[in-house]
Amino acid sequence: MMDNLVKDGSLRQVALRAGLYAVLIIFALYYLMPLFVMIVTSLKSLDDIRTGSLIGLPRELVFDAWGKAWSGACTGVKCEGLQPYFWNSVLIAVPAVMISTVLGAMNGYVISQWRFKGSDFIFALLLFGCFIPFQVILLPMAIVLGKMKIAGSIGGLIFVHVVYGLGFTTLFFRNYYITIPVELVKAAKVDGAGFFRIFWSIFMPLSAPIVVVTVIWQFTQIWNDFLFGVSFSQAGTQPITVALNNIVNSTTGVKEYNVDMAAAIIAALPTLFVYVVAGKYFIRGLTAGSVKG
Amino acid sequence: MEWLQKHMPKMVLAPSFMAILLFVYGFIAWTAYISFTRSRLLPKYEIEGIIQYERLAQSPRWDVAMTNLAIFGILFIVISMVLGLLLAILLDQKIRTEGALRTIYLYPMALSFIVTGTAWKWILNPGLGIELVIQGMGWESFEFNWLTDPNMAIYTVVIAGVWQASGFVMALFLAGLRSVDQEIIRAAMVEGVSTPRIYRSIIIPSMAPIFMSAFIVLSHLAIKSFDLVIALTGGGPGYATDLPATYMYTMAFSRGDLGQAASSATVMMMVVMAIIVPYLYSELRSRHDG
Amino acid sequence: MMKKTMMAAAMVLGAGAVMAEPQAEVLHWWTSGSEAKSVQVLMDEFSGRGGTWTDMPVAGGGGDAAMTALRARVLSGNAPAAVQLKGPAIQEWYDEGVLANINDVAVANNWDALLPEAIANHMKCDGEYCAAPVNVHRINWIWGNAQVLADANIQMPTTWAEFNAAAEKLQGMGITPLGHGGQSWQDATIFESIAVGLGGAEFYRAAFIDLDEAALTSETMVAVFDQFRTLRGFVDDDFSGRDWNLATAMVMNGEAAFQIMGDWAKGEFMAAGLEPGKDFLCAPTPGGGYLYNVDSFAMFNVEGQDKLDGQNLLAELIMGPNFQEVFNLNKGSIPARLDVALDSFDYCARRSGYDMDVASGNGTLLPSYAHGMALRGAQAGAITDTVTAFFNSDMSSADAVTALALAVKNSM
Repeated sequence: MMDNLVKDGSLRQVALRAGLYAVLIIFALYYLMPLFVMIVTSLKSLDDIRTGSLIGLPRELVFDAWGKAWSGACTGVKCEGLQPYFWNSVLIAVPAVMISTVLGAMNGYVISQWRFKGSDFIFALLLFGCFIPFQVILLPMAIVLGKMKIAGSIGGLIFVHVVYGLGFTTLFFRNYYITIPVELVKAAKVDGAGFFRIFWSIFMPLSAPIVVVTVIWQFTQIWNDFLFGVSFSQAGTQPITVALNNIVNSTTGVKEYNVDMAAAIIAALPTLFVYVVAGKYFIRGLTAGSVKG
Repeated sequence: MEWLQKHMPKMVLAPSFMAILLFVYGFIAWTAYISFTRSRLLPKYEIEGIIQYERLAQSPRWDVAMTNLAIFGILFIVISMVLGLLLAILLDQKIRTEGALRTIYLYPMALSFIVTGTAWKWILNPGLGIELVIQGMGWESFEFNWLTDPNMAIYTVVIAGVWQASGFVMALFLAGLRSVDQEIIRAAMVEGVSTPRIYRSIIIPSMAPIFMSAFIVLSHLAIKSFDLVIALTGGGPGYATDLPATYMYTMAFSRGDLGQAASSATVMMMVVMAIIVPYLYSELRSRHDG
Repeated sequence: MMKKTMMAAAMVLGAGAVMAEPQAEVLHWWTSGSEAKSVQVLMDEFSGRGGTWTDMPVAGGGGDAAMTALRARVLSGNAPAAVQLKGPAIQEWYDEGVLANINDVAVANNWDALLPEAIANHMKCDGEYCAAPVNVHRINWIWGNAQVLADANIQMPTTWAEFNAAAEKLQGMGITPLGHGGQSWQDATIFESIAVGLGGAEFYRAAFIDLDEAALTSETMVAVFDQFRTLRGFVDDDFSGRDWNLATAMVMNGEAAFQIMGDWAKGEFMAAGLEPGKDFLCAPTPGGGYLYNVDSFAMFNVEGQDKLDGQNLLAELIMGPNFQEVFNLNKGSIPARLDVALDSFDYCARRSGYDMDVASGNGTLLPSYAHGMALRGAQAGAITDTVTAFFNSDMSSADAVTALALAVKNSM
């Protein structure tokens, strides 16, 4: 946008520029530090970890921990690593992200473009729902899931994630759609287009950036969720975060920090991948209006 | 058919409305009800009065938790906003490696603290992490022992929290900076207004809505901060870094004291309401007028 | 007629045996390393008898996460068949009306004769068995680095005064006397070890089982806090947030001389290839007493003959001599059954077995409060809150006993 704090090539400007890069790089180190520790530890042997400095470089690179974390580490009586749980997480996250995004889009569309008496109040209610601490709803939710006969199932977990994702997805779409002029809808109505037709032909084509933002946000939240995963699953439906926790959290057993770290990175790979690959679109999506309000 | 068209918006919104009504507000009401009972392991429904609130008032640990929420909440939100804004402005200076840096600043948001907790614990531990490394570099008297100091430990929670969220705030602000009207800025520059001043009096004020988005995201994270504390300090040293969310969880699930947990949850929800509701109200109102 | 009935009964029973394959979903938090291997032994035996084991592992926080999952499962009407539970929590769940009865298996296998009475009582709800014990961990062990102690010419201390003298000597040599981690349960572990050592069994019972206010505010309790404060001086500055096993590592590599920890610490030493009695030493904490932690599985109400069969089979196998031996060899604890020979166990385990016998006879076999064996969660938690707040601040012992009594009262 601007050419800005730093303009031309005088000596002072070069120094300023160098300072700017220095500051940015120092912050980059701050952000990278934990990831560095994790990667380095995952490549050490257990002896190296026991006897050496915890955050120093490995004496020799060992990759065994990664294989073990993926397919050999014990997460209970089974020692199949994270692999089976990885697919559970995919089965939960993908439908939950899709459903909550679609619902959020429809809600946002109504609240921004088809206002009726009370629609803003409903929006406020939805928004406040973002702030409820999840520990509060665990037990009543368990009762309800039991009544609905979906306790412990993948379907139950999807349902929970959709319900508690609605606040944010609606917020994102509402803030995006509100920047689209009301006249557009009015004109379409005059032409005889209905509620869904207008959404389909006018709003959908414009929505790509905000869909990216919403999907990234929801995917991160759902993939990383532990509390719902541990409370509303049963044997066979546990997500990857629960398995990771099982590997990492031994109460009275010997700790294998290298496997722990490798497992942690594996569990985080999908979200990391999404951020690295879609990060560009993320900023673009935000720029395109989601935050304009 | 006409009727259907007319009421379609309401019908579309209805399922979400019902869901929120039951699963958010219904459950809040349920929790408030339980807080007046003597529920232990599982919910019981006989009302026993305000005993749980009296116990809460007597608990030194709850005091610590509420104080910590205030310290953590304010510092976390303010520092994340300031740092996010600063990084966004710096990154906005035609930085060649912007893409890479942006990803580096943003990635912590992709990770949960179940993943990064142990790494943070090591980094902040004086005997293992930063202190040891810097002392090893020759600065013998260097001290960084906040993690083990009951009076300072809550600030290490802030450090890790800011680490996770500030990159996301940076992305919000960066997007905002990029969508400010170029014409106005050019005009100002022609007039000879200095760059810092352009930021201060034109760009930043025009990003007001972004501050709202950032505030909502950050306060949502602050109130729900739970994994962070569990993974980093486990609430310690002692219970010096307890937060209301961890207090509630401990009471409900490790101590089988559900009534007490419900009363703490109710108090916490009231605090949240007292802060968030006026804010939401004024924000939503002003936006309509404008 | 008689014959016909018997045939019918035989057919029903026979059909039942064929039709219903025993099934059990087992919720536990033994998820990694040696613990997981120990549970595998049980699963293998279960499968060997035709059962289908469905594993529901949830680790974390010494079972906190598992208890969260358990509550959600029970409330949604979908309880697992068997759950790792221990101490008074078993009777608490029974009071909520969700536990099943396994008394038939217990009577058929004569559990009353096989278990020490104190331990059998933990397994009973209203006088009938509702849980099966797996092991006995002794909590109040003190572990020492043999080399370091030999160099300093120090014997394993048998009184707290001896310990203090030894610790001062070690400190003078630049060695951290006590390796300690910084989680509240670790503080509580040391605290209760001091309490039983200084105050004796009667005092311990009055304070940590009966919650007698006089005992909680007594001079003895002040002395316990004083000794606890003294120990704080023997711990290095970086202990906060340290996992117990890292404290064990400090003892292993000679950075620290002693650690006070339950016998799972032994597994950590042995995993590093060290030998008990030679490379590292084990002894009861100064002053003695025997604080135990008994892990067990409680059975929850489930429907369906296959699941009921599963529970009964599981209960029988858990108390089986083979499982008790193999499991405890892996885990570092000793069998809950008294009739399992300890010949294949290491020195520390044999000592534990011998001491348990003696303690059982003279009334010093006591449940560990720190590990949830003596009190309801809310009350144990209230004590631990005070204990850990004391250890992590400069509170005086006099203030501590007042705070302790108040916290206990407030937890009722």
